[in-house]
Amino acid sequence: MSAGGGAREEVLARLRAGRDAGAPRVAPGPVPRDYARRGEHEPGSAGALALLVERVEDYRATVTRVAGEGDVAGAVARLLVHAASVAVPPGLDRAWLEGTSAAVVVDGEPQALTAAALDHVDAVLTGAAVAVAETGTFVLDAAAPDQGRRMLTLVPDHHVCVIRARDVVGTVPEALARLDPAHPLTFVSGPSATSDIELDRVEGVHGPRRLDVVLVG
Amino acid sequence: MSTTDLPLPTVRPAHAPPGVGNLRGTRSFPAEARESLQDTQLRRNLGKATGVIRAKRAAVVDEVPDWEELRLAGSAIKTDVMARLPELLEQLEASVTARGGVVHWARDAAEANVIVLDLVRATGADEVVKVKSMATQETGLNEALEAGGVAAWETDLAELIVQLGEDRPSHILVPAIHRNRSEIREIFLREMPGVDPDLTDEPRRLAMAARAHLRRKFLSAQVAVSGANFAVADSGTLSVVESEGNGRMCLTLPRTLITLMGVEKVVPTWADLEVFLQLLPRSSTGERMNPYTSTWTGVTPGDGPQEFHLVLLDNGRSGVLADVDGRAALNCIRCSACLNVCPVYERAGGHAYGSVYPGPIGAVLSPLLTGITGEDDPNASLPYASSLCGACFDACPVRIDIPNLLVQQRAASVESHHRPTGQDVAMRAARVAMTSPGRFRAAEKGLGLGRALGGRSGRITALPWPASRWTSSRDVPVPPAETARDWFARTRPGRER
Repeated sequence: MSAGGGAREEVLARLRAGRDAGAPRVAPGPVPRDYARRGEHEPGSAGALALLVERVEDYRATVTRVAGEGDVAGAVARLLVHAASVAVPPGLDRAWLEGTSAAVVVDGEPQALTAAALDHVDAVLTGAAVAVAETGTFVLDAAAPDQGRRMLTLVPDHHVCVIRARDVVGTVPEALARLDPAHPLTFVSGPSATSDIELDRVEGVHGPRRLDVVLVG
Repeated sequence: MSTTDLPLPTVRPAHAPPGVGNLRGTRSFPAEARESLQDTQLRRNLGKATGVIRAKRAAVVDEVPDWEELRLAGSAIKTDVMARLPELLEQLEASVTARGGVVHWARDAAEANVIVLDLVRATGADEVVKVKSMATQETGLNEALEAGGVAAWETDLAELIVQLGEDRPSHILVPAIHRNRSEIREIFLREMPGVDPDLTDEPRRLAMAARAHLRRKFLSAQVAVSGANFAVADSGTLSVVESEGNGRMCLTLPRTLITLMGVEKVVPTWADLEVFLQLLPRSSTGERMNPYTSTWTGVTPGDGPQEFHLVLLDNGRSGVLADVDGRAALNCIRCSACLNVCPVYERAGGHAYGSVYPGPIGAVLSPLLTGITGEDDPNASLPYASSLCGACFDACPVRIDIPNLLVQQRAASVESHHRPTGQDVAMRAARVAMTSPGRFRAAEKGLGLGRALGGRSGRITALPWPASRWTSSRDVPVPPAETARDWFARTRPGRER
């Protein structure tokens, strides 16, 4: 629904009048899209993975590379060694948790976790929808069962994210093409940071201060 | 029975009305700049910060081989948006509404502030958490909420520094760029309740103090207010680009989210974000990607705010759209790269511009949004706050020809004068001389007099009033012994036309 009908009609009428009055003398042509849609590395290729590692580490996050799904639990256990508790979304592969001694809190089992409850949880473990090698970014899709509601990856101070090789693409355009804008999405590039003091980058403000990536494959 | 058609009132594009919001200072740019130039601390802070960001931006832009192609695409998408703005907004409204959001329209700053205040009151809350937003700075929303009994908590670190220091923002991206670490420490010690008295000026410690200060607010807030970097017409998706995670906190934890955005922020399709999500972070913070970008579409049951309001703001944008040249200023994606490369901004600082939009883009956007009311309008002086060096155009990720717009706005400034200034008179005289070859030749003959004034030094150091206002601070070189026309006639006899 829309509110305030009078303002709506007037703003639209003003914009129509402005659009016509200020129309360019020469009508613009189609949008030139000569930029690179694909990167130099194929999705999931060794080159894409190596670039992702370099770019994620550049943000002062860590990357642990493991050969296969069976090695994830060991890597996760080592990364969570100091965590007393870890939150996970309901659809996470529970095999990933087999080595950890942290108490596991599952969102929605039995009830949805509150922000206040999550504030007392040390870490969170999730998957990712897609990762962008060139920018060192991964994207969390709140509708994906192994990524979960947005607050899960926001309130705990330590985020461990498992990325599969097949989900690593080269460029931002390749990533957006794989995502559904109807779902809430969070693009994450390194731990929370600020450049607000003398434009010096400092890691760790309101989001998780520690970010560890486990790259599978 | 016959009916008579009543003529519909004609609706015209409008400037932002005066008296509300922060698009205009109280004094002219030269008057403000004269003061800020004497603040050596400010100049040191700005020089250091803009130097750092220029180097970072250059490094991450240089590594993108298709940067020019991205700029061309970004510019063309925005030009297309302006040509279809009313239709795209109607499409956006339909998409957001279909996904459970409520869309509101505001003619100006005052109306936007009332809409937001009423929405907050309807929730029963008496405070809101805020994501940094230029649109809410523009409308003066915080002051309006405060007057209505609602406390607004800025959560971006730089905005927090500005708010706690009862200061004004001086940069689009880093509103506290004029403060250094020890000044920030002093503000925190003075204004932040319960702060550790042993706080040092180490940036990491200062950031931790802000985290502790805001944590409880985030966990208990019922209402958040944000701006938007982009709104996608075909999907109804909104996007906020940020670094600290304060944006995610505001966009995720409260029950109600109110987003105020200028109408020009709409883009046609989801795929268009593939261009802007590359251009914006590299141009603004000089990073390959900013730490967090959030996108959301209406309301998602069980995740995030369950009530979402989108307020679409005109406040002068329709007036800018009506300006054939000026409308390019609406293409701005608020990256602030033009501020960081501008020699005038680097020395004068953001406060000298009066408006919340400082720097080269602000020097054109502010007078375009408000219109120029006359020679006493502070915004009439802004288009002159430039040496027209062109660095801003080179840095602009959407290729806004800011130098050209500055010249256009200088013309608009002169047009608005009720009584001619000395410069107007000189420019009009120049126009008379320079629009006719005969008159120009006659004027050249007068130049010999200038040589006599210069004497042996070859410099004219003092002229009678009104030209004394020029020579009191600068020398004028004497005119050459021979004009170009005479030289041409002498060296190529018989070919003069």
